[in-house]
Formats: sequence, C-alpha cells, structure tokens
Amino acid sequence: MTALCHFERNEVESRNLMHELGIVFYIIKDVKEAAEANGVKHVDAVVMDIGEVSTIVPEYLQDMWRWAADREELLKGAELKINIIPAVTWCDHCKCEYPTVEYGKTCPNCGSGETWLLRGNEVEIKQIEIKS
Amino acid sequence: MDEVKVIEIKKSVFEDNDKDAAKLRAELKHRGVYLLNLMSSPGSGKTTTLIQLLNQIKTKLRVAVMEADIDSDVDAVKIKEQTGVDSIQLHTGGMCHLDAEMTRQGLDNVKLQNLDLVILENVGNLVCPAEFDTGACRNAMILSVPEGHDKPLKYPLMFSVCDLVVINKIDVMPYFDFDIEKCREYVKMRNPKAEIIPICAKTGEGVDKLAEWILKEVNNWKTT
Repeated sequence: MTALCHFERNEVESRNLMHELGIVFYIIKDVKEAAEANGVKHVDAVVMDIGEVSTIVPEYLQDMWRWAADREELLKGAELKINIIPAVTWCDHCKCEYPTVEYGKTCPNCGSGETWLLRGNEVEIKQIEIKS
Repeated sequence: MDEVKVIEIKKSVFEDNDKDAAKLRAELKHRGVYLLNLMSSPGSGKTTTLIQLLNQIKTKLRVAVMEADIDSDVDAVKIKEQTGVDSIQLHTGGMCHLDAEMTRQGLDNVKLQNLDLVILENVGNLVCPAEFDTGACRNAMILSVPEGHDKPLKYPLMFSVCDLVVINKIDVMPYFDFDIEKCREYVKMRNPKAEIIPICAKTGEGVDKLAEWILKEVNNWKTT
C-alpha cells in the first residue's frame, strides 16, 4: 500500500518553502478566533513579539503575511507589526545576564557553559488593532 | 486621526499545536502505538537508514512508515519495495514541516490497531521541524558525517529537542575531518540526555544498536 495524503493548504510557489508560512497560518487562525470572540469584522494590524533567536526571519514573515492575509476578508490589507525581543542568556555559574547573539552559549564573564536562554525565543501574538 | 481599538491576545503561536500534540501523544499511549519523529537535513541518509533498520525490526514489531515530503512519493515507494513495510506518503503542500494535525491526518491513513510502531520521516530540514511538536513519543535525528561535527552548534533547537542523535556515514569520517568526540560534546551541550548512535547505513554497521534502542523504547512505551 502506498497511499497518498496531500495537504492542499496552499498553492504557493516553491520559493516560499519556509516555516514562516506555517507560522502565518497559525497567526491567522488565532487572530480569527480572537476577532470572532470580540465581534470584530476587520482587523487593521496584528502585533507580534518575535524573539531575536526564535528562528523567524521577520522579512519572510512579512512576505508570507501579505500573501496569506490578503486572502482573508477579515485581514485584507492588515499590517503585521513586529517587535523584536532581544535575546538574553543567564549564566548559572556567575549569576549574570548577557546578550545571547553576541556571546552564544559561553558566558563572557566566567567562561562557563552552564547557561540558559532567559528570553528571545518568543513567537507570540501580542495584540490586534482595529480602527474605528 | 482614527481611534484605534486594541485587543490583547498574548498567545504563543505554538500553543495550539502543542496542545494538539499532547492530545495525540496521550491517544497513542492509550492505544499502545509508538510514534517516532525522525528528522535530518536533506541527503543525510534517512531513507537508507530506515530501510536498514526496518529490515532488522520488521519481524519483531508491527511497523508502518509515514514519509513527509513537499512533493513526490519516491521515498514511500522505495521503502515499500526494499522492505515490504507499508509506507504512506504525506505531502505537506509546500510547508517545510509537519504539525500535530497533519500527523494525525497521516495516522488516519494507517491501521493503528495493527501496529506497534510508526516512524514518521519528517521533511528534510533542521530548522522548522524542530519547532513544531508532531505528537511523537520521541524525536530522533540523523546527522551525517559530511555535514560536519559542529552542526549541533549551528542548529541548537534541533539538537535540544532530540532524544536520539544517529551519526550516519561514519565510513567516510577520515575524509571529512569529522571529530566524533567533539560532536558528542556539542550534542551533550544542547541536550545532556541525548543518546548518540554512530552508524553506517550503507554497510549496516551500528544499525543493530539502533534496532536495539527502538525495540527497548517501544517496549517501555507499551508497558509503563
């Protein structure tokens, strides 16, 4: 048996093979739910908090957003506003915080590898905005 | 100027998928079916490894394979031809990963009541599949020698979500300056609990260790 199971979710061109598209579908689903719950007919902007090390490329997310949002009555022309959240790592050895992108996994103060990301991997819908 | 009304949402984009995945995992537990999510870069030897592995475990476990690709069914056909194991092809329709809902739809196409193990071969990619929990019991990834021993440093999330790291193509290690001890160290940095199994899918070296791992895992899943 070689069955085929095909997800007809989109007909995007092959240049768009990136996870930002999947993320956009999730954003749209959540925004639709929030809009419905609040009786909103049209959303003018969606505000996202995106962590610096979340693996999301904001430019790609914007591209995908335009493509997908304009196909929804609720989101036609809606702007996607992106707040970038700087990534910060905590060193458990010398109890300090340092910028993740610059120093990575190794603490610049004491050289320890006992470090954890405190923030900077968010992919969060902060709010939606409606012009009255 | 227009008045702007703001509605707070404050919700992670992954929240719904995480819930779907947890639900799927609970159902699999209830039915005694083990789902393994297998990830890697394109060309790491996922399909060849699977063929070797399936030929070792197919008499001991009832197993099926789900092949996720952006398009084509070459992998599913190859698996079926070379192992006799049932294999279905999932097309992601341009998406670079599977989420829990797509995994569930795929599982609807295999007869779960007759199975102990389903192996999901995720889309070849080290970024996106790591972010979306498929609902699998465990995550495994294959890192092949030509990709370099520093991959765990470059793709931290992938290595931190994997319970098993298979190092494939160890026969060509001398040609690629691949330092396996360094590689182990980097993997452990991301995930101290990760198991590491070096293999050569082409010659079959080490595949018995992989088979052992999976047999133990499935047994634990069913009995605890």
